[in-house]
Amino acid sequence: MKILVCIKQVPDMESRFKPAADGLWFDETDLAWRMNEYDEYAVEQAVQLKEQLGKEPELTVLSIGSDRVVEAIKKALAMGADRATHIQDAAAQQKDPWQIASIITAYAKDKDFDLIFTGMQSQDRGSAQVGVLVAELLGIASATTVVDFSFADGVVSVKRELEGGIKGLVSLQTPALVTCQLGLNVPRYPTLPNIMKAKKKEIEAIAVDSLLSEQAIAPTAQVYAPVRKGGGIVLEGDVGDMVQNLLGILKEKTAVVV
Amino acid sequence: MKVLLVCEYREGKLLDTSYELVAFADTLGAEKVAVLVGDEAAVPQLDAPVYLADVALCGEYNPAVHKAAVLAAVEKEQPDYIVFSHSSYGWDLAPRVAVALKVGQVTEVVGIVDGDFEVGCCNAKMRRKVKPTTARAVLTLQAGAFAAVAPQAAPRVERLEVAIDGQGLTFVGYEAAEVKVVDLTKAEVIVTAGRGVGKKDNISLIADLAKAMGGELGASRPVVDAEWVEHSHQVGTTGQSVSPKLYVACGVSGAIQHLAGMKKSDFVVAINKDKDAPIGEMADVLVVADVLQFVPVLTAQLQG
Ligand SMILES: Cc1cc2nc3c(=O)[nH]c(=O)nc-3n(C[C@H](O)[C@H](O)[C@H](O)COP(=O)(O)OP(=O)(O)OC[C@H]3O[C@@H](n4cnc5c(N)ncnc54)[C@H](O)[C@@H]3O)c2cc1C
Ligand SMILES: Nc1ncnc2c1ncn2[C@@H]1O[C@H](COP(=O)(O)O)[C@@H](O)[C@H]1O
Repeated sequence: MKILVCIKQVPDMESRFKPAADGLWFDETDLAWRMNEYDEYAVEQAVQLKEQLGKEPELTVLSIGSDRVVEAIKKALAMGADRATHIQDAAAQQKDPWQIASIITAYAKDKDFDLIFTGMQSQDRGSAQVGVLVAELLGIASATTVVDFSFADGVVSVKRELEGGIKGLVSLQTPALVTCQLGLNVPRYPTLPNIMKAKKKEIEAIAVDSLLSEQAIAPTAQVYAPVRKGGGIVLEGDVGDMVQNLLGILKEKTAVVV
Repeated sequence: MKVLLVCEYREGKLLDTSYELVAFADTLGAEKVAVLVGDEAAVPQLDAPVYLADVALCGEYNPAVHKAAVLAAVEKEQPDYIVFSHSSYGWDLAPRVAVALKVGQVTEVVGIVDGDFEVGCCNAKMRRKVKPTTARAVLTLQAGAFAAVAPQAAPRVERLEVAIDGQGLTFVGYEAAEVKVVDLTKAEVIVTAGRGVGKKDNISLIADLAKAMGGELGASRPVVDAEWVEHSHQVGTTGQSVSPKLYVACGVSGAIQHLAGMKKSDFVVAINKDKDAPIGEMADVLVVADVLQFVPVLTAQLQG
């Protein structure tokens, strides 16, 4: 059995963002980077499946991006992936979901993966497209927003999270792709011995040009800060003063706190 | 300009969000046509052609078949835009339609700016304008971004025949929502713990504040996913929708799915160390502070 997990490295969302000089993306200097939160669930689920099936499955992680994405790849290896592919692309942020999906498809098409895991969306772009596009391009079944996953006898059973707390139960014949939603599992923290072991695992590097032949069809025209509506009161400074201030405001504006 | 509205149906009913699609088409001033996999009793009420594929044959969730239904309507009507709600139905189906037509998709549109589509990025901290280069495009709309219009006239219904082939996927059925142990919908005060509280041990600080204010404890999703707080406390699209007189968000960033559950609150206080956190847009008072320092002092004052 062969398993692929697609991971993206994204900025920590608590960072302060500003538009890049060309206005086409955000400025990447001084940002802290991490693995896309949704993809951590994808890696964890794939590792759990490998543990369930014993030594047999081969688990590959793939990431497209500049050299810094190797950090996210190393984390996935330390969580339990066997090997990695880094598709080197210093301009990945300018690719649209269609191009990213085309690159992954070009890589995966002759490799016969039985199962592919992706996140349901990336935290920075949030397009929620790449996973489904890859499945459609490969012509395999897929289900999105998965919050429960099990596998037995070549059949994947998942629960999709719908609105209002309802879940949709779906089964898929392999080969299949699932996109992982928050809360699917509890992603593990890599242990020190596993971090050491991961250093010996193979990271294959492939230049993006050899896999990409598509133009962008939904490119970003501009990235900018939202217009702040303002209106609200902002309290800053000494904690004691802020507490007094807030209590004054609550007394004046709401009937609930006296 | 012509827009195909892909309406949504679940457990025998048309979903109200279908009327947000109508509002979007009206904003564009576009000609409307709609498609629904559903039944005659649940067609959207609008003065336009509605293509109806029979849910009894197609199934409520069967992406390959629903894709075929949408593509059949596209073939007949040649629309400029094919529009979905950004929902578990829409984000699942839209990319399938986009790839079949090989057209660009813009996800979770919040507005139209100078003819381009505006979407959020980086957890709503930034905005992005997207310009599809294909003649046609697929769009999904953020829930609530376009206020639903009221149902209008009876539509002109036209039946669609669709080939039924699940292509390796079987819909087994629905699992009902779990029964809520805590009902937040009637609470007058809710004090919510977000991931910014740091760890499970700190939840008691937030619970103490809730108690001192005579309110209930709420939680954001990561706090529930990490099992710091039980699920029935979750506020948001996949938790409860609340409308208290006072909502205090402690270490909550203000993601759209959280805001959707608490935006009907009368008065919102946010405590966040990040002055730029998107929750600031919604807050009547933003306290820029570390929750772990601020909350105990506030609680102590309230306890007198
Ligand atoms: C389909 C779907 C459905 C979803 N449904 C829901 C839902 O129902 N409810 C929900 O909440 N989310 C939901 N989410 C998740 C949502 O997108 C966000 O990931 C989530 O709301 C973030 O929770 P948070 O604000 O607690 O955490 P974060 O986004 O991590 O924010 C933490 C905040 O705490 C601040 N902070 C950190 N440390 C401190 C400190 N010491 N003092 C003060 N502030 C601090 C940070 O500045 C930051 O703003 C859903 C997502 C999807 C895709
Ligand atoms: N640059 C990338 N490299 C590898 N996987 C990616 C990349 N971008 C997106 N993905 C995968 O596609 C999912 C959805 O991303 P998106 O469509 O951009 O929201 C992510 O959760 C990842 O699993």
